[in-house]
Amino acid sequence: MPTINVDKYRLFEELGEQFTEESFQQLCFDFGIELDKDTENDPSRPKDQKPELAIEIPANRYDMLCFEGIAMHLNIFRGKHGTPNWKLANIPEDKMQTLTITKETEQVRPYAAGAILRNIKFTQDSYDSFISLQDKLHQNLARQRTLVAIGTHDLDTIQGPFTYEALPPKDINFVPLNQTKKINGEELMSFYETDRHLGRYLHILRDKPVYPVILDANREICSLPPIINSERSKITLDTKNVFIDMTATDQTKLDIVCNIMVAMFSQYCAEPFTIEPVKVISEHNGTTRVTPSLAARTMDVEVDYLNQVTGLSESPASICKLLSKMAYKAEPSSDPKFVKVTVPPTRADVLHPCDVMEDVAIAYGFNSLPRSSPNRSVTIGKPLMINKLSDIVRTECAMAGWVEVMPLILCSHEENFEWLNRVDDGKTAVKLANPRTVEYQVARTSLLPGLLKTLSENKAMKLPLQIIESADVVFKDESLERKARNERRWAAAYYGKTSGFEIVHGLLDRVMTMLKVAFVTHEEGLEGKSIDYAVKENPSKADGYFIQEIDEPTFFKGRAAAIYVRLGGELKRIGELGVLHPTVLEKFDLRYPVSTLEINLEVFL
Amino acid sequence: MAQTSSASTGDLTTEILQALSQKDPINSTEAFPQIPFEFIKAALDRLASRSMVKYEQIEREEAFLEPEAEIIVSHGSHEARVFDAVHKALEGLSIQDLEKEIGDKTVTKLGQGKAFKEKWIKKDGSKLVALVDSINDVTRDQLRVIKETKTHDAKIIADLKKRKLLKLQKVISFTIHKAEKFALEMVKEETDLTAEMLASGAWKEATFKPYNFKALGADQHAGALHPLNKVRSEFRQIFFEMGFTEMPTNQFVESGFWNFDTLFVPQQHPARDLQDTFYVSDPPKAGRPTATGPDDKADYEEYFKNVQQVHQDGKYDSIGYRYPWAEDESLRLVLRTHTTSVSAAMLHKLAQQKDENGRVPPARYFSIDRVFRNETVDATHLCEFHQVEGVIADYGLTLGGLMEFMDMFFGAMGVTDLRYKPAYNPYTEPSMEIFSHHKGLNKLIEIGNSGIFRPEMLEAMGLPRDLRVFGFGLSLERPTMIKYGISNIRELLGHQVDLSFVQKNPAVRFDK
Repeated sequence: MPTINVDKYRLFEELGEQFTEESFQQLCFDFGIELDKDTENDPSRPKDQKPELAIEIPANRYDMLCFEGIAMHLNIFRGKHGTPNWKLANIPEDKMQTLTITKETEQVRPYAAGAILRNIKFTQDSYDSFISLQDKLHQNLARQRTLVAIGTHDLDTIQGPFTYEALPPKDINFVPLNQTKKINGEELMSFYETDRHLGRYLHILRDKPVYPVILDANREICSLPPIINSERSKITLDTKNVFIDMTATDQTKLDIVCNIMVAMFSQYCAEPFTIEPVKVISEHNGTTRVTPSLAARTMDVEVDYLNQVTGLSESPASICKLLSKMAYKAEPSSDPKFVKVTVPPTRADVLHPCDVMEDVAIAYGFNSLPRSSPNRSVTIGKPLMINKLSDIVRTECAMAGWVEVMPLILCSHEENFEWLNRVDDGKTAVKLANPRTVEYQVARTSLLPGLLKTLSENKAMKLPLQIIESADVVFKDESLERKARNERRWAAAYYGKTSGFEIVHGLLDRVMTMLKVAFVTHEEGLEGKSIDYAVKENPSKADGYFIQEIDEPTFFKGRAAAIYVRLGGELKRIGELGVLHPTVLEKFDLRYPVSTLEINLEVFL
Repeated sequence: MAQTSSASTGDLTTEILQALSQKDPINSTEAFPQIPFEFIKAALDRLASRSMVKYEQIEREEAFLEPEAEIIVSHGSHEARVFDAVHKALEGLSIQDLEKEIGDKTVTKLGQGKAFKEKWIKKDGSKLVALVDSINDVTRDQLRVIKETKTHDAKIIADLKKRKLLKLQKVISFTIHKAEKFALEMVKEETDLTAEMLASGAWKEATFKPYNFKALGADQHAGALHPLNKVRSEFRQIFFEMGFTEMPTNQFVESGFWNFDTLFVPQQHPARDLQDTFYVSDPPKAGRPTATGPDDKADYEEYFKNVQQVHQDGKYDSIGYRYPWAEDESLRLVLRTHTTSVSAAMLHKLAQQKDENGRVPPARYFSIDRVFRNETVDATHLCEFHQVEGVIADYGLTLGGLMEFMDMFFGAMGVTDLRYKPAYNPYTEPSMEIFSHHKGLNKLIEIGNSGIFRPEMLEAMGLPRDLRVFGFGLSLERPTMIKYGISNIRELLGHQVDLSFVQKNPAVRFDK
């Protein structure tokens, strides 16, 4: 959620009320914004700084990313005034300022729009807010300028008609904002490489054959979006006429930005809320049009729908009144089943009648809405079987004196493979593309790393330590849509002065007994010693489990066994138990012997 | 009485009983002057616990002679010795001779001064002569009394202490009386009732050692379930009581489609940034949505297309986000950032079901499972945590019903007086953050999120328009941390947890 800092007393003056902290907090709560901080009584506030309010704005309310937007919407909400009637200055199309888009821009940043704020009067506060809104839009809706970039110019320093072109970097020459020397497009990258503010936008253009530029009638560069404007055309407190250029890779967001920019600041023009349009000529793709559109959308919304979901029974007229508090213009329709709702150009967050419905509820007050029973139909509760099975095993282990732990699913590649003397065959583990640290490189394929790390963190405890976990590991699986599947495992680890192998073995016997799987002596010998499942089928043999010695590098030789179960005649290797190899202990920084056990629980479903 | 420090209290108890049979009461210091007080106390406690004796503890200060005082007791005070030597020599003594006679320079020097002052001797030329015939050696007499009785007049004690002839020590002694069960011998005490005693009947005669009811019992070496899982159990119980079916959330890897697109999260949404979501590099890419088994008759291709259209062009009365929706972005694999991806799949499956009235049946689903965020780890953030999630699909649901449900749900945990704040969430509209007044912090704290799923998300799945779906969620860790006063999430989840914390954590009862 974006946070906007506003001058506390200026806001209260604009709202025409001196709020207490509680009453302002309540207003924010009811409206759905959040008062995050009030610096009035903050001892760290410098003496020359006015008290500020930090207000958190919902991520889709682009029309509240500045002082003007917050003040306006809170005033409308409190019935202090209506929604402004934004309109375009009445200028015939052939007299309009023009911005002509060339086809080459398609290679880099294809869309552009323009608008003019005529005879504007900035104060320091409104000027700062104007700059800050551009920044907030760039960061949020425009996704760090990748989708939309805004340039603002003193119209009296440049000369229309304007063009939006894409030129090879070497053909671009201008003095960038706050610089004194001309640089060309090729120098631009290295010039701003280390700039803390602008450096992070360079990647948007870096490898492009052409860079986008806004040029005036004298072919002087006004801006090089999305990086920087020209020094020549920069706006100041004294600027009277502002030309706003906007360029984009996303047409919808371009229109939103264009409407928001002019809607918020046209109130400071000589003729408030009136915007001088720019004709955007785009012949190569047939999208010539006038910007900003300022088009208000109208929706016919069902009265029953609004009333049913909110639980209200308001008349169309009273619904319209409620909606006016949320900046809509709404009127009862000729069909009494509907209200005609006009969505102002600033409310880009309204996509569906459900958004209008929410605003009815907010205007009425969430906490005042009539309550009704949520229990309309009878449904029956039911656990997920694998969780139920897992809970049986966890509980039995705890009853047998073992302590449950919950390590993380993510671990390093080393912990999952090398440290356990296991080899990554590339077909097993799901790997992450963007972890911040090596701790989160793979999704574990075994519960052992987590158990061993937990033991290592608890070495100072009284021995022996007996811990268990029953949780999921993840395997790659090409046959599935998500190319991966979870597997429910159960594992135990014993840490003491002696290996505890028999104790771990005994825990296996105990849990198997509880799962009604009998121990069978295994005398016929077993062919397959591979780690594959489903070794062989022999329906004549009784169901049960047995363990068979294995020699695997994770374990100490002669003290490790595979665990097999035969269920419904099908024999499966479900896991292994053993004394860990001393080299494994060393890797996990464990000083005493450890015996472990790990099996797949899903065969018992 | 040749008692050594290793003397068993068994012998001592007998001795005490015998001494008491002759004299009642007795004083322990008089009766057993050599035995250290702690042995006497142990023996008395054993006897007293059987009501054989009663005793009072007496604390007093006793005076003990310093080595110098011992010399005075045996040889006389310095001044007395000087007087005696001078008096004995009828002619008087020179100072040198006096020194020779006494044999201690210090004694001679100190004694001379005092004897002069007392006017016992005087200097006559170079010789010292006696002025009186006999003297009274007060110091020696006082010290003798003290040696005998360990005490004297307070003023005298103070004076002698000042002269460094005495030291004072606190001495504890006991006055011992017979009690109701006094006898000459102590019966053997049994520590425990044994099978042998039951078999032989010895328990009838045996005397049992009293149990120390002030100490803790024996360590149980108990097994224990993890506190987070104990809280999870309590939540599951609430869900089952309210008719919720547990969802199959055992699927950590999701496609962008299920984790975001189905939930109407646009492809440029910040939640899909690399800074927030773990993307999977291997396997490289998800498949297009497909049926999960032979029973799954849903048309996944149509759903995939519906989702694309609702984002890109708008559909189902929604104008959509109007951006070029990319299949590649949709098929990127992620570690799920919420369990709502599974709720989406469940709701999509629900749309294929029909009840006896031929309509999609109402349903309640829940899950409590692990989710993943690419966060910077700190005291309140981990890359993994558990999400508690619930979904209610029914006809005629209202916002007031959602609040009523949340009141009941949190009420079952003992959390009351909830407040609902408008919020934004891409897949629910309205969205409500749930706040509760925290008494300790004395402010409203956010305890969960809820809302009604957006119609354009549900209709794309094929759910009927009049079926409304509540969704709500909270983290499992947050209420657990508040309940147990844990400030660092790493002490709760992950390998850094302290096993004794797991072992000693109390049972979880939300209603208490």
